[in-house]
Amino acid sequence: MTQVIEQTNQQPSVTGSSKAANPLADEKIAIEVEKLNLFYGDKQALHDIDLQIPEKKVTAFIGPSGCGKSTLLRCFNRMNDLVDIARINGEIKMEGNNIYHPGVDVAELRRNVGMVFQKPNPFPKSIYENVAYGLRLQGINKRRVLDEVVEWALKGAALWDEVKDRLHDNALGMSGGQQQRLCIARAIAVQPEVLLLDEPASALDPISTLKIEELIHELKSDYTIVIVTHNMQQAARVSDYTAFMYMGDMVEFDNTDKIFTNPSHKKTEDYITGRYG
Amino acid sequence: MMDTEQLGQHISQQFNADLENIREDVLTMGGLVEEQITLALDALIDFDQDKADIVISNDEKVNKHELKIDDVCTKILAKRQPAAGDLRLIVTVIKTITDLERIGDEAEKIARMAKDICANRSAEFDGKLHYGALKHLGDHVRNMLHGALDAFARMDVDAAVEVAKLDDQADDEYNAISRQLITYMMEEPRRISEVLDYMWSARALERIGDHANNICEYVVYLVQGHDVRHMSWDEMQRLAKESR
Repeated sequence: MTQVIEQTNQQPSVTGSSKAANPLADEKIAIEVEKLNLFYGDKQALHDIDLQIPEKKVTAFIGPSGCGKSTLLRCFNRMNDLVDIARINGEIKMEGNNIYHPGVDVAELRRNVGMVFQKPNPFPKSIYENVAYGLRLQGINKRRVLDEVVEWALKGAALWDEVKDRLHDNALGMSGGQQQRLCIARAIAVQPEVLLLDEPASALDPISTLKIEELIHELKSDYTIVIVTHNMQQAARVSDYTAFMYMGDMVEFDNTDKIFTNPSHKKTEDYITGRYG
Repeated sequence: MMDTEQLGQHISQQFNADLENIREDVLTMGGLVEEQITLALDALIDFDQDKADIVISNDEKVNKHELKIDDVCTKILAKRQPAAGDLRLIVTVIKTITDLERIGDEAEKIARMAKDICANRSAEFDGKLHYGALKHLGDHVRNMLHGALDAFARMDVDAAVEVAKLDDQADDEYNAISRQLITYMMEEPRRISEVLDYMWSARALERIGDHANNICEYVVYLVQGHDVRHMSWDEMQRLAKESR
């Protein structure tokens, strides 16, 4: 029991066990978070987060509701800018540049960092126009270019074979799982570096969920993927690295295999094994 | 780090109960196997055919325990998808009961040897063998098993490492007994068949020590997450200490 108490009192550290080697030693880093604090009004939602997201790998954020994982995810493409009461200090660097620097073009940042949400949110337009939307925003209107990109993105999202004969049907007529894959196609159409997935499969049935997971596995060879999920088995299945957050703190970050077989922190263990926190 | 208090802290009371039951089942099976060793040793040393018969018929019970616990583990894996310490507990249980079942088989083997010896023994042979050595080895490995099960019950790595250390002594005693028996066979070629029964019994006891040692290794894995199989005792002790 004394050991348990000692472990509970351990300071959270992003590298997991202090004795363990840096799990990211062999990885190229895509996103570097340094001393990030986020406040919603007076309430602090993120405390001194230090974290590195490896390039072209899947990193999962897990933790109980309200622990700050979606908040942190939304920092990566400055979605929190849209929340009036949100205030941030600290840095998030991509390719060495702080994305919160005043000179950063937020539209360009969001083109580079695509996002897919919990509930599929296709535009009430055709399948084709949904995927082509981001390109049209960039002023690309050439039919041939659009056709090519739409096909490429739908193939990338494992949706092409199911919709190639009805590209001009309304996207809202698709199933939930298809709509979610359409959102992924829409996100990758503008060729981002990073894909943020905020509980992408939580509203889907098990088969659609497996298709999304399979897709994540395929996409990681081209994109850096960060996924927030409440489904721990999903985190275990799809991710290479897992970060466990609790009440706005980054408690543990490590290889997914390590987190799910032998986590270093008691809080992590309690959470993933369904114990009282 | 896993400890016994953690078993009962799941939000799901049913899961708490499942894990607690499975742990108790392993200890019950372990107790039965210990008893099998005791009876088999008595049968061998005292030429007690009745006890040998009990061991042989009880082996079926040991097997049933194995099947039942395996089945429960499979269901927990399917329904609960355990992680971290819970996962290690299930893996440890599955492996531990395999070793316990094998120990049961070894005890049965000794009982069969005892029956064979009872049927064929010759008066002049009786006094010459070193029963003391066999009994000592038998008690030693039975204590090892007891210690291993105790370490499992208390999730005590230190105890597991200490018990694992005893396996060297079991090996040494087995080697000494072999040498004595080989010498005896050379002196008394007519008794080779009888002496071989003792040889096989000593071998079975030595194997029981190995299985008890395996269980100790699983306990280290259960508690600390380190796989310490196939390494020297010194290495095992170092790893176990390091992660304290």
